[in-house]
Amino acid sequence: MADVHGLKQRLDSANLNLNNIEVRSPRELRVSVPRQRLVGFADYLRTEVHARPELIVAEDTRLEDRRFTMRYIFDMEGAAGVVIASVSVPAEDPTFPSLATRWYLASRFEREIHDLFGLVPTGHPDLRRLPLHQFWPPDYHPLLKDAMVRQDFYDDGEPYPFRRVEGEGVYEITVGPVHAGIIEPGHFRFSVEGETIINLESRMYFVHKGIEKLFESATLVQGLQLAERISGDSSVAHALAFSQAVESLAGVTIPPRAAYLRVVLLELERLYNHIADVGAICTDTGFAVANAHALRLREDLLRLNARLAGHRLLRGCLLPGGVARDFGAEQIADARGLIARVAADFDQIVEIATTNGLVLDRLHGTGRLNQQTAREMQVVGVPARASGIDADARRDHPFAAYAALPLRVVVHTEGDVWARLMVRVEEAREAARLIGLALEALPSGTLAVPLDALPEGEAAFGLVEGWRGPIWHWVVGGKKNTLRRVKIKDPSFANWPALNYAILKNIVPDFPLVNKSFNLSYAGNDL
Amino acid sequence: MLAEIAIEILQMLLVMFGSPLLVGVIRKAKARLQGRRGAGVFQPCADLRKLLAKEVVVSENTSWIFRFTPYLLATTMLLSALIIPVLTVRAPLGFMGNIIALMYLFLLGTFFLALAGLDAGSAFGGMGSSREVAIAALAEPTVLIAIFGIALRAGTTSLDGIITRFAAEPLLMLNAGHLLAFFALFIVALAENGRLPVDNPATHLELTMIHEAMILEYSGRLLALVEWAAGMKLFLFLTLLSNLFFPWGVALTNTPLPLFVAFLALAVKLLLFAGAIALAETSVAKLRLFRVPELLAGSFTVALLAVVTAFFIK
Repeated sequence: MADVHGLKQRLDSANLNLNNIEVRSPRELRVSVPRQRLVGFADYLRTEVHARPELIVAEDTRLEDRRFTMRYIFDMEGAAGVVIASVSVPAEDPTFPSLATRWYLASRFEREIHDLFGLVPTGHPDLRRLPLHQFWPPDYHPLLKDAMVRQDFYDDGEPYPFRRVEGEGVYEITVGPVHAGIIEPGHFRFSVEGETIINLESRMYFVHKGIEKLFESATLVQGLQLAERISGDSSVAHALAFSQAVESLAGVTIPPRAAYLRVVLLELERLYNHIADVGAICTDTGFAVANAHALRLREDLLRLNARLAGHRLLRGCLLPGGVARDFGAEQIADARGLIARVAADFDQIVEIATTNGLVLDRLHGTGRLNQQTAREMQVVGVPARASGIDADARRDHPFAAYAALPLRVVVHTEGDVWARLMVRVEEAREAARLIGLALEALPSGTLAVPLDALPEGEAAFGLVEGWRGPIWHWVVGGKKNTLRRVKIKDPSFANWPALNYAILKNIVPDFPLVNKSFNLSYAGNDL
Repeated sequence: MLAEIAIEILQMLLVMFGSPLLVGVIRKAKARLQGRRGAGVFQPCADLRKLLAKEVVVSENTSWIFRFTPYLLATTMLLSALIIPVLTVRAPLGFMGNIIALMYLFLLGTFFLALAGLDAGSAFGGMGSSREVAIAALAEPTVLIAIFGIALRAGTTSLDGIITRFAAEPLLMLNAGHLLAFFALFIVALAENGRLPVDNPATHLELTMIHEAMILEYSGRLLALVEWAAGMKLFLFLTLLSNLFFPWGVALTNTPLPLFVAFLALAVKLLLFAGAIALAETSVAKLRLFRVPELLAGSFTVALLAVVTAFFIK
């Protein structure tokens, strides 16, 4: 599969009865697909170019054309680009064909759309509720444009229909949603035989905040601030994905200095999170000394962030069109000195932890996610690269200044806690190196370009490889430079179900360790 | 008579107030080894005081066992404090001080704590109890066998007798069996007291807990008693290890000077043990739960060797 032009020719000649096949950019093909031909089209992409839907977006466009608009964003193996299929769903017949039996991830997007829009995916095998819990009124679909705020929430006491696991000696351990540590809420239901886990089902969305609704009719500034707050530890990544979507929509190219500064900011975020995660994985094996020092390094980095960006979590540095803050020569020297010291200390911590036989015994073979499962579940980011999937949006869909930097994608094949730890360790080192390279090559020039008004009703996506994995933002422009619809996909949305597979046949006391090695975001998933 | 009662009370008070301090010292030492400043050594005392003043919340689903267990735990530990030669071998209740009776006094507490863990019917309590009982069952024979290893050499199972004999003839301790028995008991002491690498006393992760999982339902005064008893158990275990294997300083007569020397000697020995535990806990990770039996089987083997050498090396 060479590029999107080649794909367009093949689609033209494939006799699929498609309308408006348009090459929007060298990496993006857009096509309108009639509703009844969606499954055939998806199957064609699946078999011909190994494409899979990474994002499915519904939008209530009844005001404009009495229809709902659905967008399917297919990513293709081998970095050829993306195909965006739009499907119109008439308001009087709000159903669409389900792709749930082709892709598990699609089934989850469809359940989400079913809850939030009331659109019914026909042929979906499991339409249990996903983002909205039981006490939401059944006919309340909050992402409809005409949804009114309602108060009639009611808990009928009926439990969520978890999968029942029965058998001699099988019992259930229910954990959460409130946990003992200061972490976010999520419910985990283990079916165990002795200490061995034979099934795990998780229930999320206890912190569903209606973020996508909040984006509706927000201004760009409000949207940016909201994006920074989707998942606190991924402020830069979400803000960047949002900014890139807006820039793509407005058709602007950011100045080179901004592109390099964006690399620095994103890698700073990756560095402090990966170091904290390495410490946290060690502490879950009971090896607290590594964590104590990892937390010390994290604090040093957060203080560096505050000196560079005025905010410990790097908020307020980005804006659509470029960056909001510049680094002076003194700040650059400060950053390079501190990061060199942190990288050296980090190497020592890793050395101490990974030469401890007891720590290694806990890591090797624990929570193994094999590559086939990871592929079938469309796992992304760190867990995918730890299971042998060589994918990184920084290389496959280059953004900011990544195309100009020698990026090494870290891939391990074991798929266990050890592999996920090592991916983090090596990516942290790589992040420190990239920051140094980007600061060295920092071009001079302006920081941002002004944006024209966003074209109303037009849509574009932004894709960023955050430290957890790829983050997608789908942005639709609205009236008077506001936002009409923003759809977010955090890597946690794709990765949470994979945890249920990685943990099978492990023992209960190893769950926290396996969970920590994934370290998924509840806020980013629940939205 | 009065003097003897005074000594017993003194031993008991020492265990009662020494135990939270010992826990505080271990935590402080661990924090320093990790490069943290850590809370003050009196923090566990302050925690107990806070808990004692707090309201008790008890699940409606529990039976009398749940309320009774903390008192039983504290009582068995205080009773042990009367039996164990903490300061003096001439403790008035020392004649009861058979090592076997002592072990089962400890196990009585473990048994009731396991029941209390099951009592509230929460998933975590049951999990903790099942793990605790599995470990106790594996640790118990090791304790007995290891003690027999040294009892054989001393010619008595009475704690007073063993210490008196070893204090009089320190050369008896100079052999491999003694060392083996010490290591076997040290490992079991870690397991029985919920220390690394068997259990992690510092974790907040319910799914990994053993001891902490059983006591999750406790609050207020009852929790204070359970925690206090756990501290006393650690104190008593370490005292036993100190005085059985390093009997120097234990008072052989109940006169003020030897008792004072015994107090100082115990303080030094316990400080060394606290340091050793902190060092051990900093340098190891927690074992995978299914590896714990391997560790305990290893310590059992070592204990068995201690007994065997007692026969071969006179």
